[in-house]
Amino acid sequence: MDPTHAKPRPGAAATSNNNTRRGFLVGAIYSLWGLIGTALSAPAIAYLLKAPRSPQTGNWVEAGDIAKLPQDQPIELVFRRERKDGWKVISEKKTAWVIRSADNRIVAFGPQCTHLGCAYHFEEDAGKFLCPCHNSLFSTEGRVLTGPAPRPLDRYEAKIEGSKLLLGRLRQSGERSV
Amino acid sequence: MKRRLDAVLGWLEHRTGIRTVTQRFLYEEIPASSGWRQVFGSVALFLFLVQFFTGVMLAINYAPTPGDAYNSLRYILMELTAGRLMRGLHHWGASMLVVVVVLHMVQVFVYGAYKKPREVTWLIGVALLLLTFTYALTGYLLPWDNRAYWGTVVATQIAGQAPLLGPYMSRLLGGSGAVGVVTFARFYGLHVLLLPPTTLLLIGVHVFLVRKHGVAPIPGDERLPKKPFFPGQVLRDTAAIFVAFAALFTLAVAVRVPLEQLADPSDTTYIPRPEWYFLFLFQSLKLFPGSLEVVASVGLPTLTVLTLVLVPFIDRQKMVHLTRRTVAFGMVTLALIGWTGLTAAAILSTPAGSAWAAVDYSLPTDWMSLSPEEMAGVAYFRQENCASCHSLGEGGAKAGPDLTQVSVHRNAAWMIDHFRQPSAVRPGTSMPPVQLSDEQLNSLAAFLLKLTPRNSLALRQAPEFAARGAMIYQEQRCGACHAVNGVGARFGPPLNGLAKRRSRSWVEQHFADPRKFEPQSTMPPYRLPSSDMRTLSAYLFGLPD
Repeated sequence: MDPTHAKPRPGAAATSNNNTRRGFLVGAIYSLWGLIGTALSAPAIAYLLKAPRSPQTGNWVEAGDIAKLPQDQPIELVFRRERKDGWKVISEKKTAWVIRSADNRIVAFGPQCTHLGCAYHFEEDAGKFLCPCHNSLFSTEGRVLTGPAPRPLDRYEAKIEGSKLLLGRLRQSGERSV
Repeated sequence: MKRRLDAVLGWLEHRTGIRTVTQRFLYEEIPASSGWRQVFGSVALFLFLVQFFTGVMLAINYAPTPGDAYNSLRYILMELTAGRLMRGLHHWGASMLVVVVVLHMVQVFVYGAYKKPREVTWLIGVALLLLTFTYALTGYLLPWDNRAYWGTVVATQIAGQAPLLGPYMSRLLGGSGAVGVVTFARFYGLHVLLLPPTTLLLIGVHVFLVRKHGVAPIPGDERLPKKPFFPGQVLRDTAAIFVAFAALFTLAVAVRVPLEQLADPSDTTYIPRPEWYFLFLFQSLKLFPGSLEVVASVGLPTLTVLTLVLVPFIDRQKMVHLTRRTVAFGMVTLALIGWTGLTAAAILSTPAGSAWAAVDYSLPTDWMSLSPEEMAGVAYFRQENCASCHSLGEGGAKAGPDLTQVSVHRNAAWMIDHFRQPSAVRPGTSMPPVQLSDEQLNSLAAFLLKLTPRNSLALRQAPEFAARGAMIYQEQRCGACHAVNGVGARFGPPLNGLAKRRSRSWVEQHFADPRKFEPQSTMPPYRLPSSDMRTLSAYLFGLPD
């Protein structure tokens, strides 16, 4: 492949002077192509891999009325929220598993198993969340009891205004809120 | 390490013969006279590959339907890292490709390199030239802004005028003169699906034929020993490619390609213009008025292509020295004069586009939602040179505080007192009093209260016509009867969307004598100096719908 290693053309005078000149020309060719290649590939890599500079869409959305939530009993709430999808803002249906504790504290779990993203459900008899895909089992605090799930259930940021439950961004456990 | 590499390369060579092929390609013998004049073909090929690469890059973030096309391009430009660079390279690369392809053709033409046995090489070159123009024509529509839309309307209308073929042409282009989803889909399909493989195939055959017949010698070459293509000529080609690429990259970085307003088929004020290399065609239509127009729109281009095709069959003498190619030089000179004249005439006769048509939508347009009072504040901010002591979030040490910091805003009353007599409000301050009327100070305060670190860049982009127009709007108290962006009274009609309802001349004449147009109107006549009138109407026409 490398043309510099090609045998000299038959009949060409292979003096050392000629070889230096030839080496210089070949070096110049490689350098120029190297520069062009870098100038094209570096921006292309940034273009493909860097996250878009979109404004954050982590607005609070109303998910329901806390008065209607049973105490210590997980319930699946359905709400709509806007999400920026590339060049579009789409309104999509989202769900959350919400538990209200006795002191009116709210925990809202993201609806997907942390293993491979299957939708889990609540097993009323066992009082645990079960993912049907690979049998990951979560406690009502979101802890992994058994199964391949690598981390506890993700939680929505949650706050209460009046009697309304507002949900914010979905965060992985261990991720500090800012 | 080296032995291992050699072993791998040896294996590859044995299984594919790739080293032999590469060597045969590189050690091709070329005539002794070959040199810098032969670099254009390589540069054209390189630029085509850059177009291919940047085109793919753009395509993977682009939604090829009208509307979405515009939004996704805006997303590429505003939100993706290096997105503007990719589009810049693709846009300027197209212009450069046209230039280099034409230079390549001129070089071959004046040297007479199309002569026997290289006629087919030339014909394929002509086909590649036409393909280049087809890329340019179809790619022009893809941003789906006003410029793209209206330019394509003109182009498809011209195609529709062709004698006999006209109706079929316009049907093929997706409708009878109307540019819409079908035209868009066809242009996109041509641009990305049909043209690239066709071009690659033709380039392949073109290069194969160049190799088959060898690089065209000039008389006298036969007496001199031939030389290898590598490394001397390869370095010349590489150097020329590097220069072209450096120029292209500089253009792409330094000259922003604007994105105009989303295509608006109801816009009656837009002045369509084709890309600069098509201006001569556009202008030539004016030389043939009325029913003769078809001569310029279809006749002359067809004749030109036919001439190019027939060149190697008309001029069948043996190769002669460059100094004896007077006819060829004459033709090139004539073509150059004709092209330059027509292009210059087209540029000179282009009426200045409206200020609002030049608004660049690939920059943030938050300023559009400012109320007239806030927008007028921008004008006063500029008029009073506030920026000489205050920064607007751009950093850098200045005498006064950064005005995007909400903490310095407080409230309007405090700010106005502060403007009037800074030292009374803040003892020891070096800020001079702002010499403006109460209303003007209100405007200035309204604008400053709107500033945040996030929107300051976007608000600073407010074009001069909008700021000054809003200032006139405020001075004339238009807001006492009209609303803009939801602010103002409703005695008169709201002014957003005025561009959709009225022509500019209507609006300007209406100012002078409203009753003449609407006998029931309660609007008093306004006699503004004509420059103020133009600025005010530009502001009103540029309002968001």
